[in-house]
Amino acid sequence: MRTLVIAEHTGSQLTAGTLSAITAAIDLGFETDLLVMGGAEASDVAEQAALTKGLHRVLLAQDEMFEKTLAENVQPLITSLVGDTYTHVMADASSMGRNVLPRVAASLDVGMLSDVIKIVSADTFERPIYAGNAIATVQSIDSVKLLTLRASAFAQASSHQDRCEVTAVNGGRSASTVSFVSEQLTVSERPDLSSARVVVSGGRGMQSKANFALIERVADKLGGAVGASRAAVDAGFAPNDLQVGQTGKIVAPDLYIAAGISGAIQHLAGMSGSKVIVAINQDAEAPIAQVADYMLVADLFEALPALEQAL
Amino acid sequence: MKVLVAVKRAIDPNVKVRVKGDGSGVDLNGVKMALNPFCEIAVEEAIRLKEKGVVCEVVVVSVGTSAAQEQLRTALALGADRALLVETNAMLEPLNVAKYLSKVIDNEKPQLILFGKQAIDQENNQTGQMVAQLIGSGQATFASAISYADGRWVVEREVDGGSQVVALTAPAVVTCDLRLNEPRYASLPNIMKAKKKPLEVIAADGLGASVREHTRLLKVTPPPVRKAGINVSSVSELVEKLRNVAGLV
Repeated sequence: MRTLVIAEHTGSQLTAGTLSAITAAIDLGFETDLLVMGGAEASDVAEQAALTKGLHRVLLAQDEMFEKTLAENVQPLITSLVGDTYTHVMADASSMGRNVLPRVAASLDVGMLSDVIKIVSADTFERPIYAGNAIATVQSIDSVKLLTLRASAFAQASSHQDRCEVTAVNGGRSASTVSFVSEQLTVSERPDLSSARVVVSGGRGMQSKANFALIERVADKLGGAVGASRAAVDAGFAPNDLQVGQTGKIVAPDLYIAAGISGAIQHLAGMSGSKVIVAINQDAEAPIAQVADYMLVADLFEALPALEQAL
Repeated sequence: MKVLVAVKRAIDPNVKVRVKGDGSGVDLNGVKMALNPFCEIAVEEAIRLKEKGVVCEVVVVSVGTSAAQEQLRTALALGADRALLVETNAMLEPLNVAKYLSKVIDNEKPQLILFGKQAIDQENNQTGQMVAQLIGSGQATFASAISYADGRWVVEREVDGGSQVVALTAPAVVTCDLRLNEPRYASLPNIMKAKKKPLEVIAADGLGASVREHTRLLKVTPPPVRKAGINVSSVSELVEKLRNVAGLV
């Protein structure tokens, strides 16, 4: 029994989601290796990752073709590494993990479990279905278990001083079927939405993109991340990578403040695991009230600046 | 050029499900079913590509029980040209669905295969990627824009932290995200016309896919219930509660 975690990094460090996946893997109790893929920058990331507590070994796959982690290029590498060596393969349920792992599963002719929130045993796992309105306990009967893990359900692994071995691996294949064209990433000073301790989200009730500054100022006072409902994203108030919900990011911060968000099923699926939920809404009957620990029925254009002042 | 769109019959997105008392699953008895919202977006995109003259035929396919004919008719009413139902009563796992679909793709030879990025019932987000692997084609998941230029599909993808553009050679697999388009409504005349469009039923067993069981559902439970919250009357009371009771700010 041996576990391989597929790492994701920013170019300088492992993502928070990867650190959560490592925790889940180590909790499972088997020897755990971490695969770091990327271009020239990957060796620094691998060296740093080697200090993560509990890891047995870091595998470093350094090649230009891994730079954008295109599923077509990394799948042959992961499939060959799994071979007869690994019984479990895990990754954060990020857009990378969701993109790559099903391809690996098909190549190994095994099933896959998405968005696991609890490891019951080596072959049994819990995952939410129906927008979080039910929790399924599922047993995998394949020889290799492939899982993506919901980052908010696991603590982040920490570093320690004992560096584990870093081994270079290769075996990818640059696919002719796909090529990277360009990317546009949102630059932000704020903490990453999926791992932030505090999230302040705005919905349709914010009325305009300019008004979203009220959300940002409260978030900055709390050192938190900014989130948005689908309605706010669709209306152009916030970029789509800030969307919290079934189809966006799943967050579980210590404090989630929902301003002008009604609380549709799809939004609740993304934040109802938060420790404390505050709702600021003019409508006392809004469904968000059913999950809120503290409900303030007020005009958010008065309440948000007042909250910023009071903090 | 032909586009194949895979669609799924799923619970209506506005229905709040109830978990059965015996833990065997969610209660779908008498619950309103619909075309999975992401599949609806995939169908809409295929129809738009046809309207732009990029593709000439839109074929929709579903794997499931005969009840899925209803959703295939919906897709036909939206503008698809013909429909295929791979009929099976088996519990469907993404890899098995992907295997059936790859057999259909072998027969149909589409240049583009569209999926929703995930079904809102099982929330696996796997089938499109698995099909791409099985047929050896490129994949673009979570698409927010699709175009065709110089013999390649150019797809903008929604990724963590922003967006990414990739170019794929045909045949390509693309899974659709919410912001790709706004699906249209089927008009009554189109619903009537859809009844006359071809819908072929294929027995899943006859496709020669080597399917087997990969996972077993042991039980389904309701999520933990949150305890009831309290109303606060002012911002200062809210801040005081967060500070003193919850110790958060």
